Amino acid sequence: MNDMLRKIFLTDLLKGLRLTFSYQRPEATYTEQYPLERPPVAERYRGAPRLNNHPATGETLCIACNLCALACPENLIVVGWERTADRKKKLTTFTYDLSRCMFCGLCEDACPVDALELTQDFEIARYSRDGLIWDRQMLEEGPEPTRYTR
Amino acid sequence: MTETTFLDANELVINMGPQHPATHGVLRVKLKLSGERVLGSECVIGYLHRGVEKIAENRTYAQFAPYTDRMDYVAGVTNGMGYCEAVEKLLGVELPPRAQWTRMTLAELQRIASHLLWLGTHALDLGAITPLFYTFREREEILSIFENYCGARLTTHAFRIGGLQYDLYDEFENDIRKFCDDFLLKIDEYEQLLTTNRIWMGRTQGVGILSAEDAIALGVTGPVLRGSGVRWDLRKAQPYEAYDKVEFDVPIGEHGDTYDRYLVRIREMRQSVRIIRQCLERLEPGPIFGKVGKVIKPPAGTEVYHSIEGPKGELGYYVVSDGTVNPYRVRIRPPSFVNLQALDKMIRGHLVADVVAIIGTIDIVLGEVDR
Repeated sequence: MNDMLRKIFLTDLLKGLRLTFSYQRPEATYTEQYPLERPPVAERYRGAPRLNNHPATGETLCIACNLCALACPENLIVVGWERTADRKKKLTTFTYDLSRCMFCGLCEDACPVDALELTQDFEIARYSRDGLIWDRQMLEEGPEPTRYTR
Repeated sequence: MTETTFLDANELVINMGPQHPATHGVLRVKLKLSGERVLGSECVIGYLHRGVEKIAENRTYAQFAPYTDRMDYVAGVTNGMGYCEAVEKLLGVELPPRAQWTRMTLAELQRIASHLLWLGTHALDLGAITPLFYTFREREEILSIFENYCGARLTTHAFRIGGLQYDLYDEFENDIRKFCDDFLLKIDEYEQLLTTNRIWMGRTQGVGILSAEDAIALGVTGPVLRGSGVRWDLRKAQPYEAYDKVEFDVPIGEHGDTYDRYLVRIREMRQSVRIIRQCLERLEPGPIFGKVGKVIKPPAGTEVYHSIEGPKGELGYYVVSDGTVNPYRVRIRPPSFVNLQALDKMIRGHLVADVVAIIGTIDIVLGEVDR
């Protein structure tokens, strides 16, 4: 009898509906208005790579040791260097193919001097594959995402 | 079903997939139908094959770890954990306790996240759209914990061979404690939506029954096996990490139908919360890396098979070393691939609409089936 009444009055469905309607308040919304508001990204986020310069002198921190290129599973880093007069290595070119990168962070771990770093920039889409092959200048300056204003 | 059999006048072979939204990726099922009834089926897989096992032979041990996240892409943490543990077993490395408890915490969070995604999409397949939004809301919280911890949400690469790359962030324990407290109430909400819902019960009870004998014969593992009433969980049977030091129950089903597998996963989420709380209590400051050299080079001729209980079942790695920096062979035993073999047994005699429910209840990820 009780079961019958429950069936007729749809109590099981109403219970679910009550929950659904309890989340109709505006403060229970989770929608993010992406390009207008950007999500906060974690400090350790692994995004676009950056080649750091010394903040005071502006010279590159990279010592051209080639460890990042060896650590990379996809072999997408090419480090170019030349020997200076005192037989020291000096960085000349640095190419990073973002189109093949899987952002595993192994290059960042391998870097002994904190020169190569995966930053919090996540807007790295380009209109062509060539645009994803970043040279040393691009890596030092970082991407410039479009800012949208209303 | 073979190519040479002739069809009756009433029989029809149709392809379900590979672009059918309810096959959770690129699974193609050839269904032999009589009207709406399924007489037989054949799975066609391989649409997402990337040759992960072959890639492993051309990478060093450490370099292969990020690829494991891309097999079962909704449970990257447990995939990476299984691989790291297999190589650690090969090297004979002992993990420091802090690394063990952290790994277990994150692995259980990943289990909850995987089950949440399953619950949302499974209910969506059967026409209940509401749970999807609620489960994704909670999953988002877990993913942001992962992002804060290791910098990525899905393809986490959270662990390294021999320990952890990152120490915990400051708010780690508070975040997880808060999540656990809220989450138990949220599970009650999912149950309020589904467990007693007559439409849900009508669509799942008695659908896709898999008996315990069949389940064992087919080699299925994980919640599908436990839903059939077999108490088998690798965390209890062959404890890895420190699972022998925590208390938890292994929930099992009675009838082995879709509804039972739903209940098993819901209960598993509660048990995961219980494990996470115990892990957090024992988390103490200490080293996070075992004694592993810079270059990982296991001795030649050694081999190891190590399996863990992933969210979907037994996830095993078989690693053979030839003494170089690259593994000689890495064979992966994915739970989804083996569990998928039970599909034909479960859908025979059911309606086409039930096929959707049964594919959903096995909880397959095609990235892992095809590798």
